[in-house]
Amino acid sequence: MSIKILLSYLVLAPIVGGLLAGLDRRVTARMQNRIGPPILQPFYDVLKLFKKETLVVRPSQTLYIEFFFVLTVFTGALFFAGGDLLLIIFALTLAGVFFVLGGFKASSPYSVIGAHREALQMMSYEPALMMVAVGMYMVTKSFQITDIIHYPKSLIMVLPGVFLAFFFILPIKFRKSPFDLSTSHHAHQELVKGITTEFSGKTLAIIEMAHWYENVFVLAIVYLFFASNVWVGLSVSLLVFLSQMLIDNATARVRWQALVASSWLVALVLGGANIIYLMIRG
Amino acid sequence: MQNHVPFLLYFLMLFPLLIGALALVNRWSSLFKKFIYPGVIVLIVVSIGLLAIGLKGSPIFVPAHFSWIEPFMLIIEVLLAAYILFLALRRKDMIVSILIAVQTGLLLWFHFGAGHSAHVENNLFIDLFSVIMGLIIGVIGSLIAMYAVGYMEDFHAHHEEVKDRRPLFLGLIFIFLSAMFGVCFSNNLMWLLFFWEITTVCSFILIGYKQDDQSIANSFLALRWNLLGGLAFLIGIIVLFKTHHTIALNEMMSLPGTLVLLPVALLCFAGLTKSAQLPCSSWLVGAMVAPTPVSALLHSSTMVKAGVYLVLRFAHQLQGTTLGLFVAMVGLITFLIGSFICISQNDAKKILAYSTIANLGLIILCAGVGTYEAVWAGILLIIFHAVAKGLLFLCVGGIEHETGSRQVEDMTGLIVRMPKVSVMLQIGIAGMFLAPFGMLISKWAVLRAMIDFSPFSAVFLIFGSAATLFFWVKWLGKVLIVDKPYENIEKGIPTGQWIAMGTLSVLTVFICGFFAWVAHNLIDPYVAAIYGNVMVLSKGNIVIMGIMLLMVCLFPLTFLDYGSGVKLSDPYLAGANVGHKGQYQAALEVKDMEMKNYYLNDYFNEERLMYLGVILGVLFVLGLFVLGGA
Amino acid sequence: MSVLSKSPWIIHYDGSSCNGCDIEVLASLMPRYDVERFGVINTGNPKHADILLLTGSINEQNKPVVQNIYNQMPNPKVVIAVGICATSGGVFRECYNVLGGADKVVPVDVYAPSCPIRPEALIDAVVKALGILEKKKAASLAEEVKK
Repeated sequence: MSIKILLSYLVLAPIVGGLLAGLDRRVTARMQNRIGPPILQPFYDVLKLFKKETLVVRPSQTLYIEFFFVLTVFTGALFFAGGDLLLIIFALTLAGVFFVLGGFKASSPYSVIGAHREALQMMSYEPALMMVAVGMYMVTKSFQITDIIHYPKSLIMVLPGVFLAFFFILPIKFRKSPFDLSTSHHAHQELVKGITTEFSGKTLAIIEMAHWYENVFVLAIVYLFFASNVWVGLSVSLLVFLSQMLIDNATARVRWQALVASSWLVALVLGGANIIYLMIRG
Repeated sequence: MQNHVPFLLYFLMLFPLLIGALALVNRWSSLFKKFIYPGVIVLIVVSIGLLAIGLKGSPIFVPAHFSWIEPFMLIIEVLLAAYILFLALRRKDMIVSILIAVQTGLLLWFHFGAGHSAHVENNLFIDLFSVIMGLIIGVIGSLIAMYAVGYMEDFHAHHEEVKDRRPLFLGLIFIFLSAMFGVCFSNNLMWLLFFWEITTVCSFILIGYKQDDQSIANSFLALRWNLLGGLAFLIGIIVLFKTHHTIALNEMMSLPGTLVLLPVALLCFAGLTKSAQLPCSSWLVGAMVAPTPVSALLHSSTMVKAGVYLVLRFAHQLQGTTLGLFVAMVGLITFLIGSFICISQNDAKKILAYSTIANLGLIILCAGVGTYEAVWAGILLIIFHAVAKGLLFLCVGGIEHETGSRQVEDMTGLIVRMPKVSVMLQIGIAGMFLAPFGMLISKWAVLRAMIDFSPFSAVFLIFGSAATLFFWVKWLGKVLIVDKPYENIEKGIPTGQWIAMGTLSVLTVFICGFFAWVAHNLIDPYVAAIYGNVMVLSKGNIVIMGIMLLMVCLFPLTFLDYGSGVKLSDPYLAGANVGHKGQYQAALEVKDMEMKNYYLNDYFNEERLMYLGVILGVLFVLGLFVLGGA
Repeated sequence: MSVLSKSPWIIHYDGSSCNGCDIEVLASLMPRYDVERFGVINTGNPKHADILLLTGSINEQNKPVVQNIYNQMPNPKVVIAVGICATSGGVFRECYNVLGGADKVVPVDVYAPSCPIRPEALIDAVVKALGILEKKKAASLAEEVKK
């Protein structure tokens, strides 16, 4: 069973991720009163990037990114194989660290600042993500995804605070405003392209694909909160994804101070309150 | 093999002493260097021999009764006290003078008064926890001693103003190793205190090695806190003796926690001072003025571990008590504050110092929680931290000598300037925070233990852990940046240093690979013997960690693909590139690009956080005595 | 039509333009013309771009900058001279500091003269450029095969 799920994840995740990215661009365009690109545009972009030359500043910078991709896929695979949620988060961090190191290795002022901001973003979302694991463990008494997903009741009913804290940091993972400090999918920004500035051609395509895998993984965590009913879970995940576009288009990018302070505060207050509630409930 | 245990223990405690004594009387010469390397190798082999005893859960006791030993210890203690009193009075350091006077007075009073009737059946013992500590001291300590030989030569070449007292330096390092073995093998608390105080004195003299104003001031700061801890230790022993008529560690540990609250509280306080928990953390940061081998050996890998060793011994008694709660709070707050402060630090040794404090806090937290899972995680932390942190200190020492700076900001391009050292540095850093390396395995275990104990403290743990991620990754990244052409400058590092750093790097990776084995054979039986329960890691998770380790270890292989299919280009500098890769045309002249790290000083300010930490630390320590000890 | 022409990412560099053409370039991205319909993204980063849009004439100051940006673009790439100034120097041609059009410093593939350029003309120029992009890719592939 889990092997099948695992394999279908490996094959389907980039397709779903790419389609979601296409949907994102389309919906965003509509929100801006434009027509927008075809839904398949992200695939065209990635395929094109594979045909382009790969320029590097330091030859080893691409190696870090290739590893980032492998580890991101691995993280998702762990998830869909029903692994330990804490370990999955650690694997995600490991992947993220390789991405950041790639940015550093590229040795360009823009990518280095972008890498710093990416690290800062990781520091910002880590508490909320870990709280998801802690909260789910407290309710289901297990870190295993297989156990969490088969929990008979809907987790959102007992973990609303944790979910909100997690929802708050989602723009970081989707690289959306107001938290797209390290790099963004939008055109110009103050850091050129931030951490991805020095990556081109094949490497940039790999980053993009890793991002698709990552998006599917993040939405799968959202799904966990509603896992008791498949259709509710899937539709809420999609809704959450659409809400990110609204947030993206309705907010401006914040400074890192606001990023760190707000995400930690929200995680501490909402997540912490939720966990205290669970403790009292026993 | 079990018959040889007494000899093994005597050997480990006396052999370093012998080398130390030889070093003290010897002049610095090639002859000396010749006998130090074989000595170190013998020490490593014998400490690995500890594994061959084949210990399971129960400890082996060694009577070790010698009629001369107690007076001998007393004489040494009085002599050392007189020496310190003399130094303190000369410096007009009233706190140290009073502390040492009171402590010696109490010691003499106890020795010739009530304590005279104290009889301990077995003065020495060894169990698996001692074996682990012994391995750390024997292997890592010896490697650092080996490193010190070459390092000090360089050190004096660089610092001509410092008086050359290398025989004293190495002598003290070996005497210290001997005392550390003593700490781990003593069952008689008076013996334990004796060795404890020797490590304090060694640390004091070594911190002041440079003899400049700052070093001396910091050495006295360290002395103050450690003497305060020593005093608490002694009072703890006296109280224990008055109430339960015993001064044996094993008997104390077998008493129910509620009966020995006050002695345990006092001994735990001694442990907190030794392992530089808040509010006593400042001495460890100050101790970083000492030459790097001292920082590596005393102030991260071993001596500060004596503190957590002692507290962990009492974990079973702390479990579920108010006292345990306060000990855990001290550890938690130290972990948080220590990790936060690291973010704003630029001095590599200071980062290492604060992160050491933070990690010790984590171990103290485990001890305070005192459940079997927590103790299991705590011991695992001790092992991984000793290896990785020792390695990091040694790397920073090497880097400081070759580049003349230990600021993280000056480590740009290190991967080209000192490729081998920087790879080792990266292994060390990865070992400190990255999955699947040691510290993260332990942190994972701590987190699991904590969620079962009190999810709310797990919440705070999470924030500290997120901060850890940020400060390590930006250091790791800094090393990788190559902003201009550099030359390789690592040729000057002597062989001894290479061997020490290389072995520790291999160990850092190796222990992660075999951590399941280590846990199964060393930690599980110890925890099972006390609690009858062990932390169970599911096979699946171990396999996953193994896969992750394998993947990370395969990463260097990708460098075979180095530079294939890519085209070199300049970094994007808004089109203003001129000259070599990192230069650009500014308004009037050609400039080098510069990249600085984020320090978030407004958010994670050292002074403010330390201030807050000391206040909270004082409150918790007061709570520890007033609410917990009563 | 291969994917190359389905995802033209541009970088826009203003040499010494009067901003007339620049505003029109940006206007093409706005809802009325919405060139993102064709997958166009204004990347602002030469390493990601396929098409370099140059506006304004070339002078001593911006000559190295244009060359740098061109060199930092991955192959295959095309250059469009947008507006009359980038095409030939326009009314500034005879200025003491002006070298002339973009083709003085980088190889230009498409000329789109007018003052200022109209979005329709610009889109037409990009479409022309895409054809050239395809040809360049085909040529480089053929060369590889020969090797």
